[in-house]
Amino acid sequence: MADTTRRTMMKGGATLLGTAALARAVAPLAEWSESLDMDEFLQRHYKELSRDEMDVILRRIEAKTLAEHGVEVHVEDVRPLEGVSFGYALNLSACIGCRRCAEACHKENNHDRATNNSYIRVLQLDKGSLSLGNVEVDYEGEVPKKEHFYMPVQCHQCDNPPCVNVCPIEATWKEPDGIVVVDYDWCIGCRYCEAGCPYHARRFNWHTPEVPAEEINPDQAYLSNRIRPAGVMEKCTFCLHRTRKGRLPACLEVCPTGSRVFGDLNDPDSQIRWVLANKRVFILKEDLGTLPRFFYFFDV
Amino acid sequence: MLLLLTLACQGGFTDPSREYAEPLARGAEYPTVIHEPTGFGVLDETPIPEEAQREVPPNTACTTCHGPTPEKTWDVDPSEDFHELEVDHGNLKCAACHDPRDRSLLHLADGTQLELPEVIVLCSQCHGPQRRDFDHGAHGGMSGYWDTTQGPRVRNNCADCHHPHHPEREPVTAAFPPNDRYLRSH
Repeated sequence: MADTTRRTMMKGGATLLGTAALARAVAPLAEWSESLDMDEFLQRHYKELSRDEMDVILRRIEAKTLAEHGVEVHVEDVRPLEGVSFGYALNLSACIGCRRCAEACHKENNHDRATNNSYIRVLQLDKGSLSLGNVEVDYEGEVPKKEHFYMPVQCHQCDNPPCVNVCPIEATWKEPDGIVVVDYDWCIGCRYCEAGCPYHARRFNWHTPEVPAEEINPDQAYLSNRIRPAGVMEKCTFCLHRTRKGRLPACLEVCPTGSRVFGDLNDPDSQIRWVLANKRVFILKEDLGTLPRFFYFFDV
Repeated sequence: MLLLLTLACQGGFTDPSREYAEPLARGAEYPTVIHEPTGFGVLDETPIPEEAQREVPPNTACTTCHGPTPEKTWDVDPSEDFHELEVDHGNLKCAACHDPRDRSLLHLADGTQLELPEVIVLCSQCHGPQRRDFDHGAHGGMSGYWDTTQGPRVRNNCADCHHPHHPEREPVTAAFPPNDRYLRSH
């Protein structure tokens, strides 16, 4: 009898401890659920959504942006144009490293202000070398500096994208027009893609981007510049909310040297095709076989 | 069901109508407008008193000082006579580009007169490769639409970026550097 009592007591104690431990373990979940919409939690993959479901999600994101940031934005699901295949080229002879492109990206894509985040990183290289072992990205002051040249790097929208290949949950994929996109609501933030990208083109949202309300770009798309949740990956989308409507990317429009050429690779008369056919074109880390859609060229 | 499963495995859309955007309406092409030179090329026609004429900056009409008929000597030192105008453009002298018959105009090497906004034609006489690249969108900035069936495109003019008298571009101050966790230790 005494044994039974002792056993029962042990059992009771263990149960109590277990319950307390469980309660403690799920406590963050309870707090978390306050900011998490159940619809958002149950939302399916981007490709599994019908038009009607997508419309509901877009309105929900707009309402959430209004509630959390106090700004009325317009979020669209901008789909690719059939028959269009995007390509981008950058003139290394003309670029002066002024970082206007990175700044334009920062504003256009609602990047976090404190970290100066941008999908474009401008590398300062030593003249006479293409070695990436000795680059500087946080140079300041007057440019171009005499002993250096400059190479802006952003997502190369590879046709054999390592970042897509390593994603364990298909949260990132290649669209028919060549743009590699991320479903921010599907991404689990494992950062494999960041590690897989040889161009250092992917960024992780350590927290949701903080942008003053008056500076938020209200022209947004689900797959591009809408305000990203914390804990997900993001990347350059060739400004798909602009380019899929025929407009030029923000980084091209702002370039004061005309270094950037953008267009449809399927159109034989496009400017990008002329550059690829007539200039000395260079592919960064070509030997990796990533097949980029972003090219560098030199004036001859 | 099996078909659906196969489709899902291939990564296609459950709703195929979402695969592509609605085709864009393709009407006539919108124009590509070449931005007219501002600042230097836009002339202030306000008459300037005789005694102040040596003081005026060069973005006043040439005829303010030179008159409709060229009375004054052409042989000027621009740095002295035009408010310290810096001239550093090869070995070119004023009359290589400015028309001696009418100082409000430019002229080509064969004597053909040109209005100031047509400066691209003038520059192209010597800068052929730049003109070739410009015509193919690979020199000089632009804004607007890559697809000109959807909207217009605006191109820069030579003089938007290159001062005709000292065409080499000035250095600029770089915009803000990244400030992410990879760089904080610097």
